[in-house]
Amino acid sequence: MTFTLRVNPIACTGHGMCAELLPEVIELDRWGYPILVSPAVPRPLLAHARRAAQACPTLALLIEEKAGKRR
Amino acid sequence: MTATRPLAVTRPLAVTGPALPAARPGGSPGARLPRLLSGISAERMAGLPGHERHYGPLPEVARSPGRSGNRPRGLRPERLIDIVEAAGLTGRGGAGFPAGRKMRSVAAGAGRPAVVANGAEGEPASRKDRLLLTRLPHLVLDGITLAAQAVGADEAYLCVHGTDGAVLDRLDHAVAERRAAGLDPVPVQVTGIPGRYVSSEQSSIVQYLNGGQGKPTFSPPRPHERGVNGKPTLVHNVETLAHLALIARRGDRWFRGAGLPSAPGSMLVTVGGAVTRPGVYEIEMGTPAGQVIMLAGGPAERLQALLIGGYFGAWLPAEAAWPVPMTHAGLKAAGGALGAGIVIALPAAACPIAETARVVRYLAQESAGQCGPCLFGLPALADALAGLAYSGGRDRGIDDIAALIQLVEGRGACRHPDGAAQLARSLLAAFPADTHWHQRQGPCGGVGRAPVLPLPRDEERHWDWE
Amino acid sequence: MSFDFHGPGLWYATRATGLVTLLLLTASVLLGILTAGRFASGSWPRFLSQGLHRNISLLVLAFLALHVGTTVADTYTSIPLTAAFVPFASAYKTAWLSLGAVALDLLLALVATSLVRKRLGHGAWRRVHWLAYACWPVAVAHGLGIGTDRSTTWVLALSMACVLAVLATTTWRLVTAARPGPAQ
Repeated sequence: MTFTLRVNPIACTGHGMCAELLPEVIELDRWGYPILVSPAVPRPLLAHARRAAQACPTLALLIEEKAGKRR
Repeated sequence: MTATRPLAVTRPLAVTGPALPAARPGGSPGARLPRLLSGISAERMAGLPGHERHYGPLPEVARSPGRSGNRPRGLRPERLIDIVEAAGLTGRGGAGFPAGRKMRSVAAGAGRPAVVANGAEGEPASRKDRLLLTRLPHLVLDGITLAAQAVGADEAYLCVHGTDGAVLDRLDHAVAERRAAGLDPVPVQVTGIPGRYVSSEQSSIVQYLNGGQGKPTFSPPRPHERGVNGKPTLVHNVETLAHLALIARRGDRWFRGAGLPSAPGSMLVTVGGAVTRPGVYEIEMGTPAGQVIMLAGGPAERLQALLIGGYFGAWLPAEAAWPVPMTHAGLKAAGGALGAGIVIALPAAACPIAETARVVRYLAQESAGQCGPCLFGLPALADALAGLAYSGGRDRGIDDIAALIQLVEGRGACRHPDGAAQLARSLLAAFPADTHWHQRQGPCGGVGRAPVLPLPRDEERHWDWE
Repeated sequence: MSFDFHGPGLWYATRATGLVTLLLLTASVLLGILTAGRFASGSWPRFLSQGLHRNISLLVLAFLALHVGTTVADTYTSIPLTAAFVPFASAYKTAWLSLGAVALDLLLALVATSLVRKRLGHGAWRRVHWLAYACWPVAVAHGLGIGTDRSTTWVLALSMACVLAVLATTTWRLVTAARPGPAQ
């Protein structure tokens, strides 16, 4: 299972909570909107990613699951 | 205080252009073209009878066998999709997606699909869709009906910008003619959509038809999965449907008789800028860009570059662009984009940076304003380009532009910011000498020239979304 | 002071839990406004406002349950459990108690929709959440009007402080929203 982050740019209003809760993966641009440094979520950060997605005031941060290859 | 740009910046081409290889070995293109445009006659408003006389009657698509159990007449729907796939028809609206594959996936969707013909030519420099809709509406309507029957649709729409009254009238008249002749089992609803640039994007059209504003939506779901009224929706450019109308009549082998094996058929191109005879021309896919310019009467002045693909396309220096084949793959390999077949010739006396700055300003104003990176990024990019074009050397302009390109790309819900970014990036790639010269010295002599890239005047623009 | 069901013990508990509920509800409203207004500073990140708002709202429910429980258990005034949810269900101080019931119902709607926010979708959740601006003043009115501690100075002062805090924060919110500029 691989988890990727995705931002719904229409719902996003640049609140910035996601970057506070997941600074390893999300940065804010000069206007306050999120940049996904890497869309893939490393396993150890999954709980933080879920919290960030839940905290988003407009539910613009999405976590997508994809069945990955088994190594 | 403008200085004259040194003439040796790019080598402008002489008026006649270098000799070019033919797109196909043996046989002149004259025999294979025109195809779509062959029906345009001196008679301005060719009605249904004239259309049928020239192109042949509408091919019949079999419906389910009747009560009598007789063998149904006409082409089976799946067979028509097979033929379109075999012909290798790709979308002519800019994306170039295989048409047959799209039809197959829509037909396989849940429930009765809908068909949307996109004739809303938002691109100011493009004229081909308008030409088809005003002079050859029945070709487009044939395509819609055939596509609708092929995928089993029960709803069909033909969308144009609602601000163009002349086109709407013409289409209403054509639809009425067909209704009287009992041609279309699925009635085509001619719909006017908002006159905004992004309203012609396929998810905008679907949202508008669903009762919302003509603004792009976030996907998933994509229209071919769930679009108009929740149905799988087939969205095709009107030119694609016009080609479909001829493929259904003449077959896939006929379609492949023109163009290249990897890019078959013909396409419509809108040629503008510094050419002798600007207008819409039909060419075989794979025709070199330089030959397209010659078709339009050749350069009107010395050229420095071509803009291919419209305002979401890319600049190419004239010499590099001249032999590039007009195909998606060919232009991509050359660092450009085919888009919806727009070719604009930039004369040596004009300033590409000023031209790009104006276009990006227009694109920034046409943002739907839904996504922060586009809403704020495009005006910033327009400012940076204008600064490079018109202000004295700041020695930082190019880096700003490059940084903004990175910031806006891929961060919107639709491809609007990506298109502007691609145009700006191609400016930096195609004109390194000019951009560095501007950065050091300020405006060149070309910034004061009358604009080459067409944009609507403010009085002509429309601002509402519904 | 014995804690039997006939003595004043439960009555004190009702008033105490009522007051704490009001304070917590006020804190929750203030934090909600700060969240919506994107308040942040070097030491106060945005997720802190939102996280506290959420947790304090759940605490409000807990103290509200105690407040309702002690009220119903108190046999001095025979207030049925239904009066906590249904207006006009109590003979005792009908009007003011009904306000309490209305505030509780609104609060339940706010919390329930927030718990299923993802499934509900942002648009619908937001429209229901506007009811918070109705819930809080109704709760304040219930507390002041029920009269038990109206004459006590410190309770009155506390209530006034809550009202002032919400008014001030709401004003801040309106002023910052009116200011143009990119989201920051």
